[in-house]
Amino acid sequence: MRRSNLKRQEIFAFYTFISPWLIGFVLFIGGPIIASLYFSLTNYTVLSSPEFIGFGNYSSLFNDPLFWKSLYNTVYYAVLFIPLGILVAFTMSILLNQDLKGLAIYRTIYYLPSIVPAVANAILWIWLLNPQWGLINMLLKAIGIQGPGWLTSEQWAKPGLVLMSIWGVGSWIIIYLAGLQGVPEQLYEAAEVDGATKLQRFFYITVPLMTPTIFFTLVTGLIGAFQVFTQAYIMTNGGPVNSTLFYALYLFRNAFNYLKMGYASAMAWILFLIVLVLTLIQFRLARKWVFYE
Amino acid sequence: MNKSTKIMLDKLVRHLILIAVGVFFILPLVWMVSTSLKSNRQIFVFPPQWIPNPVIWRNYPDVFDYASFLLYFKNTIIIEVACIVGTLLSSSLVAYGFSRLDAPGKNFLFILMLSTMMLPYQVWMIPLYILFTKIGWVNTFYPLTVPAFFGNALYIFLLRQFFLTIPKELEDAARIDGCSYFRIFWQIILPLTRPALATVVIFTFMGVWNDFLGPLLYLQDPEKYTLAVGLQVFLSQHGADWGLLMAASTMVVLPVIIVFFFTQKQFIQGIVLTGLKG
Repeated sequence: MRRSNLKRQEIFAFYTFISPWLIGFVLFIGGPIIASLYFSLTNYTVLSSPEFIGFGNYSSLFNDPLFWKSLYNTVYYAVLFIPLGILVAFTMSILLNQDLKGLAIYRTIYYLPSIVPAVANAILWIWLLNPQWGLINMLLKAIGIQGPGWLTSEQWAKPGLVLMSIWGVGSWIIIYLAGLQGVPEQLYEAAEVDGATKLQRFFYITVPLMTPTIFFTLVTGLIGAFQVFTQAYIMTNGGPVNSTLFYALYLFRNAFNYLKMGYASAMAWILFLIVLVLTLIQFRLARKWVFYE
Repeated sequence: MNKSTKIMLDKLVRHLILIAVGVFFILPLVWMVSTSLKSNRQIFVFPPQWIPNPVIWRNYPDVFDYASFLLYFKNTIIIEVACIVGTLLSSSLVAYGFSRLDAPGKNFLFILMLSTMMLPYQVWMIPLYILFTKIGWVNTFYPLTVPAFFGNALYIFLLRQFFLTIPKELEDAARIDGCSYFRIFWQIILPLTRPALATVVIFTFMGVWNDFLGPLLYLQDPEKYTLAVGLQVFLSQHGADWGLLMAASTMVVLPVIIVFFFTQKQFIQGIVLTGLKG
Protein backbone atom coordinates (compact mmCIF):
# COMPACT_ATOMS: atom_id res chain seq x y z
CA MET A 1 0.00 0.00 0.00
CA ARG A 2 2.69 2.43 1.04
CA ARG A 3 4.79 1.32 -1.91
CA SER A 4 2.11 2.09 -4.44
CA ASN A 5 1.55 5.40 -2.75
CA LEU A 6 5.19 6.25 -3.27
CA LYS A 7 4.95 5.15 -6.86
CA ARG A 8 1.90 7.32 -7.41
CA GLN A 9 3.77 10.22 -5.88
CA GLU A 10 6.62 9.70 -8.31
CA ILE A 11 4.32 9.56 -11.31
CA PHE A 12 2.66 12.75 -10.17
CA ALA A 13 6.07 14.39 -9.68
CA PHE A 14 7.23 13.28 -13.14
CA TYR A 15 4.27 14.84 -14.89
CA THR A 16 4.58 17.99 -12.80
CA PHE A 17 8.25 18.40 -13.69
CA ILE A 18 7.73 17.86 -17.39
CA SER A 19 4.49 19.86 -17.54
CA PRO A 20 6.13 23.02 -18.97
CA TRP A 21 7.33 21.07 -21.98
CA LEU A 22 4.12 19.07 -22.28
CA ILE A 23 1.93 22.19 -22.26
CA GLY A 24 4.34 23.99 -24.60
CA PHE A 25 4.32 21.02 -26.95
CA VAL A 26 0.54 20.96 -27.17
CA LEU A 27 0.22 24.74 -27.60
CA PHE A 28 3.19 25.60 -29.79
CA ILE A 29 4.07 22.45 -31.71
CA GLY A 30 1.58 19.56 -31.59
CA GLY A 31 -1.57 21.67 -31.90
CA PRO A 32 -0.17 23.81 -34.70
CA ILE A 33 1.02 20.71 -36.57
CA ILE A 34 -2.50 19.30 -36.63
CA ALA A 35 -3.91 22.70 -37.60
CA SER A 36 -1.34 22.95 -40.36
CA LEU A 37 -2.38 19.57 -41.75
CA TYR A 38 -5.98 20.83 -41.86
CA PHE A 39 -5.01 24.21 -43.39
CA SER A 40 -3.11 22.39 -46.11
CA LEU A 41 -6.46 21.01 -47.26
CA THR A 42 -8.10 24.43 -47.37
CA ASN A 43 -8.08 27.70 -49.18
CA TYR A 44 -7.15 30.10 -46.40
CA THR A 45 -6.13 33.74 -46.64
CA VAL A 46 -6.48 34.66 -42.93
CA LEU A 47 -8.93 37.41 -43.96
CA SER A 48 -11.77 34.91 -44.36
CA SER A 49 -12.23 31.52 -42.71
CA PRO A 50 -10.64 28.41 -44.26
CA GLU A 51 -12.54 26.78 -47.08
CA PHE A 52 -12.06 23.02 -47.49
CA ILE A 53 -10.74 22.04 -50.93
CA GLY A 54 -9.36 18.54 -50.33
CA PHE A 55 -6.03 17.96 -52.04
CA GLY A 56 -6.44 21.04 -54.23
CA ASN A 57 -3.35 22.77 -52.89
CA TYR A 58 -1.24 19.69 -53.44
CA SER A 59 -2.32 19.27 -57.03
CA SER A 60 -1.79 22.99 -57.73
CA LEU A 61 1.69 22.71 -56.25
CA PHE A 62 2.63 19.91 -58.60
CA ASN A 63 1.64 22.17 -61.48
CA ASP A 64 3.43 25.19 -60.09
CA PRO A 65 6.74 25.74 -61.95
CA LEU A 66 8.07 27.88 -59.08
CA PHE A 67 7.49 25.02 -56.64
CA TRP A 68 9.66 22.77 -58.80
CA LYS A 69 12.19 25.53 -59.32
CA SER A 70 12.49 26.10 -55.56
CA LEU A 71 12.87 22.38 -54.98
CA TYR A 72 15.54 22.17 -57.67
CA ASN A 73 17.45 25.12 -56.17
CA THR A 74 17.34 23.57 -52.73
CA VAL A 75 18.56 20.18 -53.92
CA TYR A 76 21.28 21.88 -55.96
CA TYR A 77 22.43 23.74 -52.86
CA ALA A 78 22.34 20.64 -50.67
CA VAL A 79 24.19 18.47 -53.18
CA LEU A 80 26.92 21.04 -53.64
CA PHE A 81 27.28 22.16 -50.04
CA ILE A 82 27.00 19.03 -47.92
CA PRO A 83 29.72 16.88 -49.53
CA LEU A 84 32.05 19.88 -49.87
CA GLY A 85 31.34 20.99 -46.30
CA ILE A 86 31.99 17.50 -44.93
CA LEU A 87 35.18 17.19 -46.96
CA VAL A 88 36.53 20.55 -45.83
CA ALA A 89 35.57 20.01 -42.19
CA PHE A 90 36.95 16.47 -42.10
CA THR A 91 40.24 17.49 -43.68
CA MET A 92 40.63 20.37 -41.28
CA SER A 93 39.84 18.23 -38.26
CA ILE A 94 42.48 15.69 -39.32
CA LEU A 95 45.08 18.41 -39.71
CA LEU A 96 44.12 19.72 -36.29
CA ASN A 97 44.14 16.36 -34.57
CA GLN A 98 47.87 16.31 -33.93
CA ASP A 99 50.22 17.13 -31.22
CA LEU A 100 50.57 20.67 -32.53
CA LYS A 101 51.36 23.91 -30.80
CA GLY A 102 48.65 26.52 -31.12
CA LEU A 103 45.85 24.03 -31.70
CA ALA A 104 43.43 26.06 -29.58
CA ILE A 105 44.14 29.17 -31.64
CA TYR A 106 43.50 27.40 -34.93
CA ARG A 107 40.33 25.89 -33.56
CA THR A 108 39.11 29.31 -32.49
CA ILE A 109 39.85 30.82 -35.89
CA TYR A 110 38.04 28.07 -37.78
CA TYR A 111 35.07 28.27 -35.51
CA LEU A 112 34.76 32.06 -35.41
CA PRO A 113 32.87 32.47 -38.72
CA SER A 114 30.08 30.13 -37.63
CA ILE A 115 29.13 32.35 -34.69
CA VAL A 116 28.69 35.47 -36.83
CA PRO A 117 24.96 36.28 -36.58
CA ALA A 118 23.03 35.43 -39.74
CA VAL A 119 22.03 38.95 -40.78
CA ALA A 120 25.50 40.45 -40.27
CA ASN A 121 26.92 37.44 -42.08
CA ALA A 122 24.57 37.98 -45.02
CA ILE A 123 25.53 41.65 -45.30
CA LEU A 124 29.22 40.83 -45.03
CA TRP A 125 28.94 38.28 -47.82
CA ILE A 126 27.01 40.58 -50.15
CA TRP A 127 30.03 42.81 -49.83
CA LEU A 128 32.61 40.02 -50.14
CA LEU A 129 30.88 38.73 -53.26
CA ASN A 130 30.51 42.17 -54.85
CA PRO A 131 31.55 41.57 -58.49
CA GLN A 132 33.77 44.63 -58.79
CA TRP A 133 34.96 45.69 -55.34
CA GLY A 134 34.38 42.59 -53.23
CA LEU A 135 37.32 40.89 -51.57
CA ILE A 136 36.88 37.61 -53.40
CA ASN A 137 36.98 38.99 -56.90
CA MET A 138 39.78 41.37 -55.94
CA LEU A 139 41.85 38.41 -54.75
CA LEU A 140 41.02 36.56 -57.95
CA LYS A 141 42.00 39.61 -59.95
CA ALA A 142 45.31 39.77 -58.11
CA ILE A 143 46.16 36.33 -59.50
CA GLY A 144 44.86 37.23 -62.93
CA ILE A 145 41.40 35.67 -62.85
CA GLN A 146 38.32 37.60 -63.83
CA GLY A 147 35.84 36.64 -61.08
CA PRO A 148 32.19 35.87 -61.86
CA GLY A 149 29.23 38.11 -61.06
CA TRP A 150 28.32 35.92 -58.03
CA LEU A 151 25.00 37.09 -56.59
CA THR A 152 24.17 39.09 -59.71
CA SER A 153 24.54 36.05 -61.94
CA GLU A 154 21.94 33.39 -62.42
CA GLN A 155 24.67 30.80 -62.74
CA TRP A 156 26.92 31.85 -59.86
CA ALA A 157 24.48 32.95 -57.16
CA LYS A 158 24.03 29.46 -55.70
CA PRO A 159 27.76 28.63 -55.72
CA GLY A 160 28.30 31.98 -53.99
CA LEU A 161 25.92 30.99 -51.21
CA VAL A 162 27.60 27.58 -50.96
CA LEU A 163 30.98 29.27 -50.56
CA MET A 164 29.52 31.33 -47.75
CA SER A 165 28.15 28.20 -46.07
CA ILE A 166 31.50 26.46 -46.28
CA TRP A 167 33.02 29.41 -44.50
CA GLY A 168 30.64 28.68 -41.61
CA VAL A 169 31.46 24.99 -41.33
CA GLY A 170 33.40 25.42 -38.06
CA SER A 171 31.01 23.50 -35.84
CA TRP A 172 31.48 20.40 -37.97
CA ILE A 173 35.25 20.76 -37.56
CA ILE A 174 34.77 20.75 -33.80
CA ILE A 175 32.43 17.77 -33.88
CA TYR A 176 34.85 15.80 -36.06
CA LEU A 177 37.80 16.80 -33.92
CA ALA A 178 36.02 15.50 -30.82
CA GLY A 179 35.30 12.27 -32.71
CA LEU A 180 38.92 11.87 -33.75
CA GLN A 181 40.12 12.46 -30.22
CA GLY A 182 37.79 9.69 -29.10
CA VAL A 183 39.48 7.07 -31.26
CA PRO A 184 41.39 4.83 -28.81
CA GLU A 185 45.15 5.27 -29.11
CA GLN A 186 45.71 1.51 -28.59
CA LEU A 187 44.08 0.76 -31.94
CA TYR A 188 46.70 2.80 -33.76
CA GLU A 189 49.47 1.31 -31.67
CA ALA A 190 48.30 -2.24 -32.32
CA ALA A 191 48.06 -1.56 -36.04
CA GLU A 192 51.52 -0.03 -36.05
CA VAL A 193 52.92 -3.12 -34.36
CA ASP A 194 51.25 -5.20 -37.06
CA GLY A 195 53.07 -3.11 -39.64
CA ALA A 196 50.20 -1.01 -40.96
CA THR A 197 51.27 2.10 -42.86
CA LYS A 198 49.98 5.56 -42.00
CA LEU A 199 47.57 5.45 -44.92
CA GLN A 200 46.27 2.02 -43.93
CA ARG A 201 45.74 3.17 -40.35
CA PHE A 202 43.77 6.12 -41.69
CA PHE A 203 41.49 4.09 -43.94
CA TYR A 204 41.03 1.06 -41.71
CA ILE A 205 40.84 2.73 -38.30
CA THR A 206 40.15 6.44 -38.48
CA VAL A 207 37.59 6.47 -41.27
CA PRO A 208 35.43 3.56 -40.02
CA LEU A 209 35.38 4.93 -36.49
CA MET A 210 34.40 8.35 -37.77
CA THR A 211 31.50 7.16 -39.93
CA PRO A 212 28.88 7.59 -37.17
CA THR A 213 29.97 11.21 -36.71
CA ILE A 214 29.95 11.84 -40.44
CA PHE A 215 26.54 10.24 -40.65
CA PHE A 216 25.27 12.58 -37.95
CA THR A 217 26.45 15.67 -39.82
CA LEU A 218 25.03 14.30 -43.06
CA VAL A 219 21.56 13.86 -41.56
CA THR A 220 21.44 17.18 -39.73
CA GLY A 221 23.14 18.94 -42.66
CA LEU A 222 20.46 17.76 -45.05
CA ILE A 223 17.64 18.81 -42.75
CA GLY A 224 19.33 22.19 -42.40
CA ALA A 225 19.88 22.59 -46.13
CA PHE A 226 16.17 22.16 -46.80
CA GLN A 227 15.45 25.05 -44.46
CA VAL A 228 17.90 27.59 -45.86
CA PHE A 229 16.10 30.89 -45.65
CA THR A 230 17.83 33.91 -44.13
CA GLN A 231 20.71 34.20 -46.62
CA ALA A 232 18.42 33.99 -49.63
CA TYR A 233 15.88 36.36 -48.12
CA ILE A 234 18.43 39.05 -47.31
CA MET A 235 21.12 38.65 -49.95
CA THR A 236 19.28 37.91 -53.16
CA ASN A 237 15.60 37.81 -52.30
CA GLY A 238 15.38 34.74 -54.50
CA GLY A 239 17.00 36.33 -57.54
CA PRO A 240 18.43 36.72 -60.07
CA VAL A 241 15.65 35.11 -62.14
CA ASN A 242 14.61 32.91 -59.19
CA SER A 243 17.98 31.19 -59.15
CA THR A 244 18.12 31.40 -55.33
CA LEU A 245 14.43 30.94 -54.69
CA PHE A 246 14.87 28.17 -52.13
CA TYR A 247 12.05 26.05 -50.83
CA ALA A 248 11.79 27.78 -47.46
CA LEU A 249 11.81 31.19 -49.13
CA TYR A 250 9.03 30.31 -51.55
CA LEU A 251 7.03 28.86 -48.68
CA PHE A 252 7.54 32.06 -46.70
CA ARG A 253 6.41 34.19 -49.65
CA ASN A 254 3.28 32.16 -50.16
CA ALA A 255 2.38 32.44 -46.51
CA PHE A 256 3.31 35.98 -45.61
CA ASN A 257 3.48 37.93 -48.87
CA TYR A 258 0.61 36.34 -50.80
CA LEU A 259 -1.29 35.22 -47.67
CA LYS A 260 -1.91 31.79 -49.22
CA MET A 261 -1.79 30.03 -45.86
CA GLY A 262 -3.34 26.80 -47.13
CA TYR A 263 -0.96 26.60 -50.06
CA ALA A 264 2.05 27.32 -47.84
CA SER A 265 0.89 24.73 -45.30
CA ALA A 266 0.74 22.15 -48.07
CA MET A 267 4.32 23.11 -48.94
CA ALA A 268 5.31 22.66 -45.31
CA TRP A 269 3.86 19.14 -45.29
CA ILE A 270 5.60 18.21 -48.51
CA LEU A 271 8.82 19.53 -46.96
CA PHE A 272 8.19 17.40 -43.91
CA LEU A 273 7.68 14.32 -46.06
CA ILE A 274 10.81 15.02 -48.13
CA VAL A 275 12.92 15.43 -45.02
CA LEU A 276 11.41 12.34 -43.44
CA VAL A 277 11.94 10.15 -46.51
CA LEU A 278 15.50 11.39 -47.04
CA THR A 279 16.33 10.75 -43.39
CA LEU A 280 14.85 7.25 -43.52
CA ILE A 281 16.76 6.48 -46.71
CA GLN A 282 19.94 7.64 -45.07
CA PHE A 283 19.34 5.44 -42.05
CA ARG A 284 18.73 2.52 -44.38
CA LEU A 285 21.88 3.22 -46.38
CA ALA A 286 23.79 3.76 -43.16
CA ARG A 287 23.74 0.01 -42.50
CA LYS A 288 26.05 -0.36 -45.47
CA TRP A 289 28.68 2.17 -44.52
CA VAL A 290 28.33 3.36 -40.94
CA PHE A 291 30.43 1.39 -38.51
CA TYR A 292 29.00 0.71 -35.05
CA GLU A 293 31.09 -0.95 -32.41
CA MET B 1 67.25 12.93 -43.76
CA ASN B 2 67.03 11.73 -40.16
CA LYS B 3 63.85 11.08 -38.32
CA SER B 4 63.67 14.25 -36.23
CA THR B 5 64.09 16.54 -39.24
CA LYS B 6 61.37 14.59 -40.97
CA ILE B 7 59.00 15.15 -38.06
CA MET B 8 59.96 18.82 -37.98
CA LEU B 9 59.26 19.15 -41.68
CA ASP B 10 55.98 17.33 -41.31
CA LYS B 11 54.92 19.74 -38.59
CA LEU B 12 55.97 22.72 -40.64
CA VAL B 13 53.92 21.61 -43.63
CA ARG B 14 50.96 21.00 -41.37
CA HIS B 15 51.25 24.47 -39.87
CA LEU B 16 51.52 26.02 -43.30
CA ILE B 17 48.30 24.35 -44.45
CA LEU B 18 46.51 25.24 -41.23
CA ILE B 19 47.61 28.86 -41.56
CA ALA B 20 46.62 29.05 -45.22
CA VAL B 21 43.13 27.78 -44.44
CA GLY B 22 43.04 29.95 -41.32
CA VAL B 23 43.59 32.96 -43.55
CA PHE B 24 40.56 31.97 -45.62
CA PHE B 25 38.49 31.79 -42.43
CA ILE B 26 39.72 35.01 -40.85
CA LEU B 27 40.15 37.35 -43.84
CA PRO B 28 36.44 38.12 -44.33
CA LEU B 29 36.22 39.34 -40.73
CA VAL B 30 39.35 41.44 -41.10
CA TRP B 31 37.91 42.81 -44.32
CA MET B 32 34.68 43.71 -42.53
CA VAL B 33 36.50 45.75 -39.88
CA SER B 34 38.86 47.24 -42.43
CA THR B 35 35.99 48.41 -44.65
CA SER B 36 34.20 49.91 -41.66
CA LEU B 37 37.19 52.21 -41.10
CA LYS B 38 37.31 53.57 -44.64
CA SER B 39 35.70 56.38 -46.58
CA ASN B 40 34.09 55.58 -49.92
CA ARG B 41 37.16 56.87 -51.69
CA GLN B 42 39.32 54.27 -49.93
CA ILE B 43 36.83 51.45 -50.43
CA PHE B 44 36.64 51.51 -54.20
CA VAL B 45 40.29 51.00 -55.06
CA PHE B 46 42.40 48.19 -56.45
CA PRO B 47 44.50 46.72 -54.94
CA PRO B 48 42.59 46.95 -51.66
CA GLN B 49 44.08 48.70 -48.64
CA TRP B 50 44.09 46.35 -45.67
CA ILE B 51 45.00 49.00 -43.16
CA PRO B 52 43.08 52.17 -43.98
CA ASN B 53 45.20 55.26 -44.36
CA PRO B 54 43.94 57.45 -42.84
CA VAL B 55 41.66 55.51 -40.47
CA ILE B 56 38.14 56.90 -40.77
CA TRP B 57 36.12 56.50 -37.57
CA ARG B 58 33.07 58.42 -38.56
CA ASN B 59 31.10 55.45 -39.94
CA TYR B 60 30.53 54.32 -36.34
CA PRO B 61 28.85 57.47 -34.99
CA ASP B 62 27.03 57.77 -38.33
CA VAL B 63 25.33 54.41 -37.78
CA PHE B 64 23.69 55.79 -34.65
CA ASP B 65 22.64 58.96 -36.46
CA TYR B 66 20.91 57.04 -39.21
CA ALA B 67 19.17 54.32 -37.18
CA SER B 68 18.14 53.68 -33.58
CA PHE B 69 20.61 50.89 -32.92
CA LEU B 70 20.66 51.66 -29.21
CA LEU B 71 16.94 51.02 -29.10
CA TYR B 72 17.34 47.78 -31.09
CA PHE B 73 20.04 46.80 -28.65
CA LYS B 74 17.76 47.46 -25.68
CA ASN B 75 14.96 45.43 -27.28
CA THR B 76 17.31 42.56 -28.00
CA ILE B 77 18.54 42.56 -24.41
CA ILE B 78 14.98 42.49 -23.03
CA ILE B 79 14.21 39.46 -25.19
CA GLU B 80 17.54 37.89 -24.25
CA VAL B 81 16.89 38.17 -20.52
CA ALA B 82 13.36 36.78 -20.78
CA CYS B 83 14.45 33.87 -22.99
CA ILE B 84 17.45 32.98 -20.85
CA VAL B 85 15.46 32.99 -17.60
CA GLY B 86 12.58 31.10 -19.19
CA THR B 87 14.76 28.50 -20.86
CA LEU B 88 16.84 27.85 -17.77
CA LEU B 89 13.88 27.38 -15.45
CA SER B 90 11.72 25.29 -17.73
CA SER B 91 14.37 23.18 -19.42
CA SER B 92 16.08 22.18 -16.18
CA LEU B 93 12.76 21.21 -14.55
CA VAL B 94 11.79 19.06 -17.50
CA ALA B 95 15.26 17.56 -17.78
CA TYR B 96 15.10 16.56 -14.12
CA GLY B 97 11.81 14.79 -14.70
CA PHE B 98 13.18 12.90 -17.68
CA SER B 99 16.44 11.93 -15.99
CA ARG B 100 15.34 10.99 -12.47
CA LEU B 101 11.66 10.16 -12.24
CA ASP B 102 9.85 7.20 -13.64
CA ALA B 103 6.29 7.05 -14.90
CA PRO B 104 4.24 5.31 -17.55
CA GLY B 105 4.54 7.07 -20.91
CA LYS B 106 7.94 8.51 -20.11
CA ASN B 107 9.85 6.84 -22.94
CA PHE B 108 7.20 7.72 -25.47
CA LEU B 109 7.22 11.37 -24.41
CA PHE B 110 10.99 11.49 -24.47
CA ILE B 111 11.14 10.15 -28.02
CA LEU B 112 8.37 12.53 -29.01
CA MET B 113 10.42 15.39 -27.66
CA LEU B 114 13.57 14.31 -29.49
CA SER B 115 11.70 13.91 -32.75
CA THR B 116 10.48 17.51 -32.62
CA MET B 117 14.12 18.51 -33.04
CA MET B 118 14.20 16.80 -36.41
CA LEU B 119 10.98 18.38 -37.67
CA PRO B 120 11.19 21.35 -40.03
CA TYR B 121 9.77 24.34 -38.13
CA GLN B 122 7.66 25.29 -41.15
CA VAL B 123 5.20 22.58 -40.16
CA TRP B 124 4.06 24.58 -37.15
CA MET B 125 5.10 28.10 -38.18
CA ILE B 126 1.91 29.13 -39.99
CA PRO B 127 -0.75 28.06 -37.46
CA LEU B 128 1.41 29.48 -34.69
CA TYR B 129 1.54 32.79 -36.51
CA ILE B 130 -2.21 32.76 -36.91
CA LEU B 131 -2.66 31.88 -33.24
CA PHE B 132 -0.42 34.74 -32.11
CA THR B 133 -2.22 37.09 -34.48
CA LYS B 134 -5.64 36.08 -33.14
CA ILE B 135 -4.67 36.66 -29.52
CA GLY B 136 -3.16 40.05 -30.36
CA TRP B 137 0.47 39.17 -29.70
CA VAL B 138 1.78 40.42 -33.03
CA ASN B 139 3.99 43.46 -32.55
CA THR B 140 4.79 42.47 -28.97
CA PHE B 141 7.76 40.52 -27.61
CA TYR B 142 5.49 37.71 -26.34
CA PRO B 143 5.75 35.41 -29.38
CA LEU B 144 9.53 35.59 -29.05
CA THR B 145 9.77 35.15 -25.28
CA VAL B 146 6.79 33.21 -23.91
CA PRO B 147 7.61 29.92 -25.71
CA ALA B 148 11.00 29.94 -23.95
CA PHE B 149 9.18 29.33 -20.66
CA PHE B 150 7.93 25.99 -21.97
CA GLY B 151 11.30 24.34 -22.44
CA ASN B 152 13.51 23.77 -25.43
CA ALA B 153 13.97 20.19 -26.61
CA LEU B 154 17.66 20.56 -27.34
CA TYR B 155 18.54 22.02 -23.96
CA ILE B 156 16.31 19.57 -22.13
CA PHE B 157 18.26 16.82 -23.84
CA LEU B 158 21.59 18.44 -23.01
CA LEU B 159 20.71 18.93 -19.34
CA ARG B 160 19.28 15.45 -19.04
CA GLN B 161 22.56 13.99 -20.31
CA PHE B 162 24.33 16.02 -17.66
CA PHE B 163 21.96 15.04 -14.82
CA LEU B 164 22.49 11.38 -15.65
CA THR B 165 26.16 11.76 -14.75
CA ILE B 166 25.36 12.91 -11.19
CA PRO B 167 25.42 9.98 -8.75
CA LYS B 168 21.98 9.05 -7.54
CA GLU B 169 23.08 8.21 -3.99
CA LEU B 170 23.08 11.88 -3.11
CA GLU B 171 19.38 12.13 -3.75
CA ASP B 172 18.46 8.79 -2.22
CA ALA B 173 19.85 9.98 1.07
CA ALA B 174 17.87 13.18 0.83
CA ARG B 175 14.71 11.25 -0.11
CA ILE B 176 15.01 9.09 2.97
CA ASP B 177 15.29 12.23 5.05
CA GLY B 178 11.93 13.25 3.60
CA CYS B 179 13.13 15.83 1.14
CA SER B 180 10.61 16.65 -1.63
CA TYR B 181 11.56 16.12 -5.28
CA PHE B 182 11.48 19.81 -5.87
CA ARG B 183 13.86 20.54 -3.00
CA ILE B 184 16.25 17.86 -4.25
CA PHE B 185 16.15 19.39 -7.68
CA TRP B 186 16.61 22.93 -6.40
CA GLN B 187 19.15 22.39 -3.63
CA ILE B 188 21.15 19.37 -4.73
CA ILE B 189 20.95 18.96 -8.47
CA LEU B 190 20.96 22.53 -9.76
CA PRO B 191 24.05 23.65 -7.84
CA LEU B 192 25.92 20.66 -9.28
CA THR B 193 24.80 21.52 -12.79
CA ARG B 194 26.31 25.00 -13.12
CA PRO B 195 28.62 24.18 -16.09
CA ALA B 196 25.75 22.70 -18.10
CA LEU B 197 23.47 25.60 -17.19
CA ALA B 198 26.18 27.99 -18.36
CA THR B 199 26.22 26.21 -21.70
CA VAL B 200 22.45 26.62 -21.99
CA VAL B 201 22.74 30.33 -21.17
CA ILE B 202 25.40 30.85 -23.83
CA PHE B 203 23.56 28.96 -26.54
CA THR B 204 20.29 30.70 -25.75
CA PHE B 205 22.06 34.04 -25.86
CA MET B 206 23.55 33.22 -29.26
CA GLY B 207 20.25 31.87 -30.56
CA VAL B 208 18.27 34.98 -29.64
CA TRP B 209 20.97 37.31 -30.96
CA ASN B 210 20.97 35.38 -34.22
CA ASP B 211 17.22 34.95 -34.64
CA PHE B 212 15.92 36.70 -37.72
CA LEU B 213 12.75 34.92 -38.79
CA GLY B 214 10.98 35.34 -35.44
CA PRO B 215 11.41 39.12 -35.15
CA LEU B 216 10.76 39.46 -38.90
CA LEU B 217 7.38 37.77 -38.50
CA TYR B 218 6.25 39.30 -35.25
CA LEU B 219 7.76 42.77 -34.89
CA GLN B 220 6.33 45.38 -37.25
CA ASP B 221 6.80 48.66 -35.44
CA PRO B 222 10.41 49.96 -35.88
CA GLU B 223 10.36 50.86 -32.18
CA LYS B 224 10.20 47.14 -31.44
CA TYR B 225 12.95 45.92 -33.77
CA THR B 226 15.75 43.72 -32.54
CA LEU B 227 19.31 44.16 -33.81
CA ALA B 228 18.86 41.44 -36.43
CA VAL B 229 15.81 43.02 -38.04
CA GLY B 230 17.15 46.54 -37.51
CA LEU B 231 20.32 45.59 -39.36
CA GLN B 232 18.38 44.09 -42.24
CA VAL B 233 16.25 47.26 -42.57
CA PHE B 234 19.44 49.30 -42.36
CA LEU B 235 20.78 47.31 -45.31
CA SER B 236 17.70 48.10 -47.38
CA GLN B 237 18.11 51.83 -46.66
CA HIS B 238 21.87 52.16 -47.11
CA GLY B 239 22.41 49.47 -49.74
CA ALA B 240 25.66 50.73 -51.24
CA ASP B 241 27.27 52.51 -48.33
CA TRP B 242 29.69 49.73 -47.43
CA GLY B 243 31.66 51.61 -44.80
CA LEU B 244 28.47 52.31 -42.88
CA LEU B 245 27.07 48.80 -43.35
CA MET B 246 30.29 47.16 -42.21
CA ALA B 247 30.44 49.43 -39.16
CA ALA B 248 26.90 48.40 -38.20
CA SER B 249 27.68 44.71 -38.84
CA THR B 250 30.87 44.90 -36.82
CA MET B 251 28.94 46.26 -33.87
CA VAL B 252 26.40 43.45 -34.09
CA VAL B 253 29.10 40.80 -34.39
CA LEU B 254 31.37 42.12 -31.65
CA PRO B 255 29.28 41.16 -28.56
CA VAL B 256 28.96 37.61 -29.86
CA ILE B 257 32.69 37.30 -30.39
CA ILE B 258 33.39 38.70 -26.92
CA VAL B 259 31.00 36.20 -25.34
CA PHE B 260 32.60 33.43 -27.35
CA PHE B 261 36.12 34.30 -26.22
CA PHE B 262 35.17 34.29 -22.57
CA THR B 263 33.17 31.08 -22.71
CA GLN B 264 35.04 28.98 -25.24
CA LYS B 265 35.28 25.94 -23.01
CA GLN B 266 31.55 25.60 -22.35
CA PHE B 267 30.92 26.42 -25.97
CA ILE B 268 33.07 23.66 -27.38
CA GLN B 269 31.71 21.18 -24.83
CA GLY B 270 28.17 22.13 -25.73
CA ILE B 271 28.75 21.66 -29.44
CA VAL B 272 30.35 18.33 -28.88
CA LEU B 273 27.58 17.22 -26.52
CA THR B 274 24.74 18.09 -28.83
CA GLY B 275 26.32 18.41 -32.24
CA LEU B 276 24.59 21.74 -32.35
CA LYS B 277 25.37 24.50 -34.76
CA GLY B 278 26.17 27.57 -32.68
